[in-house]
Amino acid sequence: MRLKTTLRAATAMAVCAAGTSAFADSHVTTVTIATVNNGDMIRMQGLTDDFTAKHPDIALEWVTLEENVLRQRVTQDIATSGGQFDVMTIGMYETPIWAEQGWLEPLDDLGEEYDADDILPAMRAGLSHEGTLYAAPFYGESSMVMYRTDLFEEAGLEMPKQPTWEQIGEFARTLTDKEAEQYGICLRGKAGWGENMAFITTVANSFGARWFDEDWNAQLDSPEWLEAVTFYNDLMADAGPPGAATNGFNENLALFQQGKCGMWIDATVAASFVTNPEDSEVADSVGFALAPNTGKGKNANWLWAWALAVPSGSDATDAAKEFIAWATSKDYLELVAEKEGWANVPPGSRTSLYENPAYQAVPFAEMTLESIQTADPENPTVDEVPYVGIQYVAIPEWQGIGTAAGQEFSNMLAGQQTPEQALARAQELVNEEMEAAGYR
Amino acid sequence: MATKASASAARLMMAPAVTLLLGWMLVPLVMTLYFSFADYRPLRGAFEPWIGFENYERFVTSSSFWDAVTTTLTMVGGILVITVCFGILLALLLDKPIYGQGVVRILVIAPFFVMPTVSALVWKNMMMDPVNGILSHVWRFFGAAPHDWLVQTPTLSIILIVSWQWLPFATLILLTAIQSLDGEQLEAAEMDGAPPLKRFWFIILPHLSRAITIVILIQTIFLLSIFAEIFVTTQGSFGTRTLTYLVYQRVLESQNVGLGSAGGIIAVILANIVAIFLMRIVGKNLDA
Amino acid sequence: MARAVSSRARLGWSAVAWVIGLLIFFPILWTILTSFKTESEAIASPPSLVFFDWTLENYEVVQERSNYARFLWNSIVIAGGSTLLGVLIAVPAAWAMAFQPTRRTKDILLWMLSTKMLPAVGVLYPIYLICIRLGVLDSKIALVVILMLINLPIIVWMLYTYFREIPGEILEAARMDGASLRSEILYVLTPMAIPGIASTVLLNFILAWNEAFWTLNLTAVSAAPLTAFIASYSSPEGLFFAKLSAASTMAIAPILILGWFSQKQLVRGLTFGAVK
Repeated sequence: MRLKTTLRAATAMAVCAAGTSAFADSHVTTVTIATVNNGDMIRMQGLTDDFTAKHPDIALEWVTLEENVLRQRVTQDIATSGGQFDVMTIGMYETPIWAEQGWLEPLDDLGEEYDADDILPAMRAGLSHEGTLYAAPFYGESSMVMYRTDLFEEAGLEMPKQPTWEQIGEFARTLTDKEAEQYGICLRGKAGWGENMAFITTVANSFGARWFDEDWNAQLDSPEWLEAVTFYNDLMADAGPPGAATNGFNENLALFQQGKCGMWIDATVAASFVTNPEDSEVADSVGFALAPNTGKGKNANWLWAWALAVPSGSDATDAAKEFIAWATSKDYLELVAEKEGWANVPPGSRTSLYENPAYQAVPFAEMTLESIQTADPENPTVDEVPYVGIQYVAIPEWQGIGTAAGQEFSNMLAGQQTPEQALARAQELVNEEMEAAGYR
Repeated sequence: MATKASASAARLMMAPAVTLLLGWMLVPLVMTLYFSFADYRPLRGAFEPWIGFENYERFVTSSSFWDAVTTTLTMVGGILVITVCFGILLALLLDKPIYGQGVVRILVIAPFFVMPTVSALVWKNMMMDPVNGILSHVWRFFGAAPHDWLVQTPTLSIILIVSWQWLPFATLILLTAIQSLDGEQLEAAEMDGAPPLKRFWFIILPHLSRAITIVILIQTIFLLSIFAEIFVTTQGSFGTRTLTYLVYQRVLESQNVGLGSAGGIIAVILANIVAIFLMRIVGKNLDA
Repeated sequence: MARAVSSRARLGWSAVAWVIGLLIFFPILWTILTSFKTESEAIASPPSLVFFDWTLENYEVVQERSNYARFLWNSIVIAGGSTLLGVLIAVPAAWAMAFQPTRRTKDILLWMLSTKMLPAVGVLYPIYLICIRLGVLDSKIALVVILMLINLPIIVWMLYTYFREIPGEILEAARMDGASLRSEILYVLTPMAIPGIASTVLLNFILAWNEAFWTLNLTAVSAAPLTAFIASYSSPEGLFFAKLSAASTMAIAPILILGWFSQKQLVRGLTFGAVK
């Protein structure tokens, strides 16, 4: 008897499962969007009624994941042509590599109204492959210094518009009071090619270091790298928060919002979070400055965009493009401005946004634009390099290399090894990987 | 007494389970073996079906391999020691007559119901965080500088997190075993004036040996493949990269499927060596 | 004779047990408490245990952002389906092993366990490719089958140990009465094995519910269970402890409640043949 009941229950369950997954309305195209769980993307999810009202024949399904999980999922899916997603949220690093493999639909036909020429040139260049746009920027960012004007005033310090690393080091050490849980500077330390390596690479660039010479020999044994990494390590030891070796963007944002950091050098998009009085305890006293340099002609700022792309082989290509055209349009910016204010508009994607007087009034608008414009992925550092990318190297091997090296620097920050040891191990790892990939 | 007919019926009854598991083992294994001899890097569009043992050589000779093996053994060993020792103590405690036994038992087994991802997130952000974590508040309360768990003692921290999850399992099995202990024997020993420690050593522990081996066997199988706890907390930095995590990095982060598959095969071989070793012991114990 | 226990000793042991029990439970308790705080209270220093303004806003935010019911339903279907399917396949096998043992029975049992040694990450590519070929990516059926296969060895072993405790004489008596093999299993064995089967089902339901690798990697929308739900709340931007706590509480609450109601059953059954 029991067995029969169980059997029946199991069958019922199986039927249910089959039923729900097979269910689909024949008139409605479903677009499945894989996206990252950051503030701007979640805001977009909340505003999709505007899109579905205009396109009643398109239904949107969201797969919102944490950044690391998202990357792994979409890469796995696109590399095997799994076809799970119709729109993928990807970055400036993935776009040219995937486009070269023929994995992405070109986005050169998003319509007259879309005005692709309005996209900031740096963003457009970074998201194109051989002159064709393959991913539309949802928001773009560079990096800059965010600092606490109240603390600076109290200490009698003044932040120049273009600080040097030496000045930053001095400020940070002055502002640090570990007893009172006040740390001079918060910087990324969490291992990962998109976490600490993004930041450390920009520091290295500003010190004149480079990842590879023209023949793809790893350059981590150069004196410039040692100087840059030692500077970073000492600065964090003297003026950084505890646990810095596991702090990424999110952790530092939380610390800065709680008022525990005097300065924070990170993505320009953070500006709208730290000045938002709802989340930030220091919203009224945040100032901005360009990322520091060492006088060698390169600032330590990066260039990045979270962009929307359509994998080739999607069964809803047209609907997916409709969605992208909506999400990255001028109208969408207006829509956010109307509902949430100009400060919350996704920044860094369109020229017209920065020409809009209403947006120019936002405190961080000018500094963001200037930071983006000084970033040049073709010439990231002082010397010539064979690669494209400022805080990354746009080759498929970079994810592996960046993360492995990132762990060495994270270990260094945790005090488990010296900068010399970290660089020596990273150098070995990188050469190993490059040899295997057939570069040398 | 097994007749020929019932013997063949028995074979028939085992067939679905055996066939399915055989398929589940062989199909992915054969495919992984195939990939492990190939240069398969999807991001480069590279697929070269036969490159010999190059992947194996590179995986084993890479500087991270032996570290990963050591880390894996340390972690599994550490967790086993903690869960078994504390499991015995807890089981003995729960066997005592206590007020509200049922509620206490619920409290103790609750961690087993928490999914690994959640428990790792909770421990990382709310317990061990050096600024906002509860443990650092406790440290500060006693006037000590907060300990940065995941950076200064990363392996220990992960061992603690995983032990917290598996302690209930060990406790439950050991508790059932203790409860089956012959009370009269213990009482006789008590009458004879044997001190508690002696009673534990000569009566309780031998009785538990079978349960302990089973706890060790089952936990080892699960622990060799812990992943979420590392992924959420340290992402393999600070020397917490286990063999499983190394394979993950090769396959998914570097997208080098060939190399990762070779690593997977090596991991299977090593796991089976451990398993054979364990099963010898358990197999003996199963008959005893 | 019941062991004589002075009430003072009993009180002492109780105190120790309660303190330890609460310590072990504390991370869960703290998560639940934090889920009712505002984001800024969640990081207040020093933290407050119960004296804060209780709020449901985190649950509202989470509910607004994700379709919790769908994730929950998927978890139930996947964990339940794989457990039931597993038990259906395992009962005959375990029966055969327990009552018709051959020289190889133990080897087969141990071999089954060893199939669990294959690291999931190592076979992700093969499994993913197979799922694409079969067109079952993001389907609950694929996950039901895969999780069933993952847990099958444990199910077989647990059932085997229960069945072995059933005295063989009863079966012989049944056979004497002319019971067929089928009725032997259905009417004699199964009723006796119900407690064992129940705890097997429970344990495997928990294991399947908490499985976070395949359920995350093989799903997108229509089959995504609570493990995927959690992946959209871990470390977003800004302050997130309270929202993370709310999401965590929602993810573990159903299984926690189930576990509590059935803990007696689970405790009785979790022997794995450890008791002689």
